[in-house]
Amino acid sequence: MVGAFAAAAEETARAASGTFATDNAWLIPMLPFAAFVIILFFGKRLPRKGTEIGILATGAAFVLALIILVGDFVGGGGPLVEKQLSWFPFGGSFSLGLGMRIDGLTAVMFVVVTLVSLMVQIYSTAYMHGDKRYTWYYAALNLFTGSMLNLVIANNLIQLLIGWELVGICSYLLIGHWWEEKENSNAAIKAFVTTKTGDIPFVIGIFVLFAAAKTFNIGAITELVEGGHLSHLTLTAAAILLFGGAIGKSAQFPLHVWLPDAMAGPTPVSALIHAATMVTAGVFLVARLFPVFEASPEALNEVALIGAFTMLGAALLAMVQDDIKRVLAYSTVSQLAYMMAALGVGAGNAAIFHLFTHAFFKALLFLGAGSLIHAVHSNNMSEMGGLKRVMPTTYKTFIIGSLALAGIPPLAGFWSKDEILTEAYRFGTGTGTAHGSASVALIVYFVGIVTAFLTAFYMSRAVHLTFEGDYRGHGHPHESPPAMTVPLVILAALSVVAGFAGIPGWQSGFGAWVGVGGETHVPSASIPLILISIGVAVGGILIGRRLYIPAPEREPLERLGFFYKLLQRKYYLDDFYGAAIVRPIRDVVSSAMYWINQNVIDGLVNGAAAASRGTAKGLYNIVDQKVIDGAVNGAGIGTRRTGGFLKYLQGGDVQRYAAYLFAGVALFAFLFTRFG
Amino acid sequence: MNLAWVLTLGALLFSIGIYGVIARRNAVLVLMSIELMLNAVNINLIAFGSWFQDKLAVGQIFALFIIAIAAAEVGIGLAIVLMIFRNRETINLDEVDLLKW
Repeated sequence: MVGAFAAAAEETARAASGTFATDNAWLIPMLPFAAFVIILFFGKRLPRKGTEIGILATGAAFVLALIILVGDFVGGGGPLVEKQLSWFPFGGSFSLGLGMRIDGLTAVMFVVVTLVSLMVQIYSTAYMHGDKRYTWYYAALNLFTGSMLNLVIANNLIQLLIGWELVGICSYLLIGHWWEEKENSNAAIKAFVTTKTGDIPFVIGIFVLFAAAKTFNIGAITELVEGGHLSHLTLTAAAILLFGGAIGKSAQFPLHVWLPDAMAGPTPVSALIHAATMVTAGVFLVARLFPVFEASPEALNEVALIGAFTMLGAALLAMVQDDIKRVLAYSTVSQLAYMMAALGVGAGNAAIFHLFTHAFFKALLFLGAGSLIHAVHSNNMSEMGGLKRVMPTTYKTFIIGSLALAGIPPLAGFWSKDEILTEAYRFGTGTGTAHGSASVALIVYFVGIVTAFLTAFYMSRAVHLTFEGDYRGHGHPHESPPAMTVPLVILAALSVVAGFAGIPGWQSGFGAWVGVGGETHVPSASIPLILISIGVAVGGILIGRRLYIPAPEREPLERLGFFYKLLQRKYYLDDFYGAAIVRPIRDVVSSAMYWINQNVIDGLVNGAAAASRGTAKGLYNIVDQKVIDGAVNGAGIGTRRTGGFLKYLQGGDVQRYAAYLFAGVALFAFLFTRFG
Repeated sequence: MNLAWVLTLGALLFSIGIYGVIARRNAVLVLMSIELMLNAVNINLIAFGSWFQDKLAVGQIFALFIIAIAAAEVGIGLAIVLMIFRNRETINLDEVDLLKW
């Protein structure tokens, strides 16, 4: 397969070739895939149970990704490199390709995915130590990483879909890693089925685009859209259908329900799912096909409104969770909604910038939470408290992550969140060319401000409940080993500096690297808007501090009464899905299917089996016993009889042999003289 | 000299050899018969050598080779016969028939 890719590198398809690193970018997804295969077959026999292979492969992929990003795209405007090889030729000029499309967006995603995966794998050597499916866990992590990279590198929608579905199945495997507990395997099934619900419109969307554009190639589709060759109706339909897939994968309302339950998986997996792979796929998809969305204001408005709705709803839910991982999970939903909303108002670069910074601090927070859980053996913040004394490294890094998420300058989250809000405000007040409608952009801005406040508040609550006050759990927690704290420190450092990549006013900053949808606008900072953002963030943190120091006896938010109950029950959305979808399917459709299965299908199967058995018996008696066995036995008996007859020629009498010999010679002499 | 006479002599000698090999029961006599056959071949070689008048005297050289090989052969043959006699108190070939089915 590697050779095939190398051959493909010769077969330049659309654009000029790039540097050595970009030409060989296909190695980046191939390395984790290869690691997956090696770990799967040989992992258990290796001294470190296959972890070294995974870390090595992902590390190498990361280095390559970094070379591509720094070498070609930092500072702006690297070349677009696209190559492909024909995979399924269908005759005519149409064939399905297996290819790569390397631009700034791909390069940034490469770095994010490989870096977070590398950190998670190093971290897991300690966190998962002694797990009974340790090797399998690493194999699945590498498959997960490779699938996501394949999704990112894809130059056509079918290849993207393959990566998309592989990511889905890997998340199922990893969320259900501890499947012995029913709850965990249920969470895995829920994640899989919920995202699949979104995938149905996604697949239809791909084929709507194909029917109109007659190609799956992303570059070709982009050109057709920008050239105005596709009808507005087609593009709107395609964009809305494709966005269905993004809603499922990126856990947007109303398909966000799987993400909090996905916390059933091991914590490093949550970090990987939430920061780098899986959930960012939806945002990436919209960014990748941004021209399609841009061509349809209706679709953009839908994206923006769903984003705005989800960011607020999820942030509210994050306030009332006791499970620290669920706080972070809803926070992820909310932050992804930020990205979606940014895409919806037309600020693609800001969205990817937020994806970039969010990956670092959210991975940091999840790994920090994992470190806490590792120490306390509980997910619940009500059983933590006072941990800043015993776990100083975890505490410091978690604080950095929380401040970055809350949007305190100069940490990473501030710059990206502020860019989204600034862009939304700019489009909303009409100073920019709005892609969707201006009022929607304004809604996004105000909801974004409220969400920023809530974000600061729930992170403040989480930090105070876990690290301040007195310890409320059992046992004696202690700091985690270096394999866990070193990734935390690295990610904390990145959470501090990553934001400077897109500092406002820098002409060749992050936006120029990525250029989503060919956008070149460099965001400028607006002092009043920055002050508002900082104000709400600080306000949220201070209110959290006021409410949760000292740790309260009762949850202060309970005073909200019915509203608190509503949040606790997750807006009754799970109950609604249970009553409206799961139960009817399970009780009515399933039992009908069961009846059909038992009576019709089983009947067919049994009948077919009986018929085959009869035929087989007849064949056995006639063909096998008589014909085939006859031939075999006949050959044996014939040989034995011939041998029995001929053996008397060999009498042991040397002189008789000599007589035969001379007789033979005489015969030949006669024949040669007579006929020769 | 007529070539045919010499060749006839060779053929007769060869036939006597064949008769001895096939009909004699004594192993020593069989070996002697083999010597007769080899000498018949020698006669043929020398006859043809003289007939073709070749400068290299190939016929005579080959005859010398065959004499040497016949000496070696008969040495080995007699050794085998001696061993058989020591083991079985006989050199009657009818009784030496172990190599059979």
